[in-house]
Amino acid sequence: MDAPAPYIHWGFILISLPNFILICVMVLLFVLALVAPFPSHRRKDPRDE
Amino acid sequence: MSNDGEPGFIDQTATSLSPAADEETGWTASVRRRVEKTLPISELLPTKQPAYVSSWVYVFGVVTIAALFWVVLSGVVLAFFGAEWWHVSPIGHFFNSIHFWSVQMFFIFMVLHLWGQFWGAGWRDGRAKTWMVGVVIFAVSIGTAFTGYVVQLNFDSQWIAVNAKDAINSTGFGGLFNALNFGQMYGLHVMLFPIGVTLLVVLHIIQVRAKGVVRPIDDPMEVAP
Amino acid sequence: MKASKVDKQTYYRGVAMAPYDLLKEVTIALVGVLGLVLVLSAVLSSPDVPSVTLQSWAKADPVDFVTTASAELAGSTVVASYGPPYNSGSGSVQSWGPLTPQQWAGVHIPINAPNDFVLQPLTQATAGDAQLATALGTYQAASSDQQQKWLTNYSTGLGTATVAADGVVNVPTGDYGPVSVLMDRMLTLARSGGLDALLLTSNHFYQTDFSRPLLFLIDGGYISRLAEEQKLIGSDWGVMNETGRYPGQAWLWLYTMWYQVPPFTSDTGFLGISKANTDLAVVGVMLLLTALLLLVPFIPGLRDIPRWIPIHRLIWRRHYAEMRSRLPRA
Repeated sequence: MDAPAPYIHWGFILISLPNFILICVMVLLFVLALVAPFPSHRRKDPRDE
Repeated sequence: MSNDGEPGFIDQTATSLSPAADEETGWTASVRRRVEKTLPISELLPTKQPAYVSSWVYVFGVVTIAALFWVVLSGVVLAFFGAEWWHVSPIGHFFNSIHFWSVQMFFIFMVLHLWGQFWGAGWRDGRAKTWMVGVVIFAVSIGTAFTGYVVQLNFDSQWIAVNAKDAINSTGFGGLFNALNFGQMYGLHVMLFPIGVTLLVVLHIIQVRAKGVVRPIDDPMEVAP
Repeated sequence: MKASKVDKQTYYRGVAMAPYDLLKEVTIALVGVLGLVLVLSAVLSSPDVPSVTLQSWAKADPVDFVTTASAELAGSTVVASYGPPYNSGSGSVQSWGPLTPQQWAGVHIPINAPNDFVLQPLTQATAGDAQLATALGTYQAASSDQQQKWLTNYSTGLGTATVAADGVVNVPTGDYGPVSVLMDRMLTLARSGGLDALLLTSNHFYQTDFSRPLLFLIDGGYISRLAEEQKLIGSDWGVMNETGRYPGQAWLWLYTMWYQVPPFTSDTGFLGISKANTDLAVVGVMLLLTALLLLVPFIPGLRDIPRWIPIHRLIWRRHYAEMRSRLPRA
């Protein structure tokens, strides 16, 4: 892990592969959080009473 | 027995467990009434939440707090054994790794939480201050991380300190905040900044619990006149 | 009544509630994050590239070390003429239009490069070294013109210096006066580790302020070359990066981005921003952007972005579906 990291050079952007992976994982997590189904609870609706 | 209007008479049946009566005066009574109104224990430890809290986006906040917990705990261990310990002890290095990765998790989930709150416009309905405290936490966390990086006592610390000094010096604060001064940076990192972050996070949690989770955008409000 | 003013009970009136176990959620979060962190720590560990010392520098690149030491004595290094908070120079003072906070703040960490980095440690090392004591005496008695002449000649000589097998720097013969002895002793002192100690302790026993050795280090080329190998220098977005293959500080992406683009990189500049005041300008821009982020709830346009780009319709899709199903049928 102490060897220099690979880098991605895109235009003026220069980003290390670990940082790039981290950011991709973040975006992926956010998208998953938006679309993944959420367990439904037994509802307690005041209008049902 | 009731108060017959005699001055200084205390109702013997009322215990300190009862809510402060409206007619009680004094600083303590009025602060207690305020706290009981805005944050009763039933809201601090709720057993119900709005059904619209039904998205995984909502977990990023609590996961950020969980990461912060492990950052602090591992930091306590590192501080206990001294600043040099983790360079000479394999167990120490492991605790440093816990500290390092907890910090990475903390920033990852804090930013995800920020994204979630931004796209949900979490500042609505009187929650602007909650949003603002959150931004301040973000800024103070960056300061905490910076002081942490420069007290690692390795090449990273040296390089970060000698470069950061130019930006700090340019603002005129270089004489007050010396990144090259390990003693100062260490005290800030292990004590002052963590106290600041913790207090702000506690405030942030209180704000959220006191006001409740903001309703969805364009949800009709049923508010009694 | 404004939604911002109602109490929580009123705010939730009519809202369907669901059971919720806060402490269980917190516990799951704690255990989950701990598990993830323990796995990452066990598998990947954490970075720890050992620090550079004046000793390691003097051994790895003696010519660079001696070049730096003689430049410090000549007062021609970046730190020597830096300006506040170190001294009254102006080489590294940044201003933005009429704003010069660096200058206004003044000197608070006094550094006199020729004295602090060279003359003082050498003076402390004269015990049993008559030749050094004599050289120091000769140097300090000479006029500053004479001193500069010796130093300039020495600097020229260093251009073709060689390193002997035992690490000694051999400079071709020239009119260097006592400078060659001073520099020879600086190198010996550094290689023994003594200079690290002398620059740090300077008459105190305990010392936790590493300003002097660090400033001396950054005046040289060695530490920068090591940093460049790890892509840690500014023009490589170094502020975001970490040594080795570890993630760095991805959250600083916007801060370091400005350092890569005009006008922050330009000579001519725009709106008073140029290479001459990049740090101050970037700090200013980031303070402004942070203020905007802080005040999002109050800024029309900015606070409406979530409505214009309705990602929230995903967050609350179940709720919106419920609300639609409750609409009275036509």
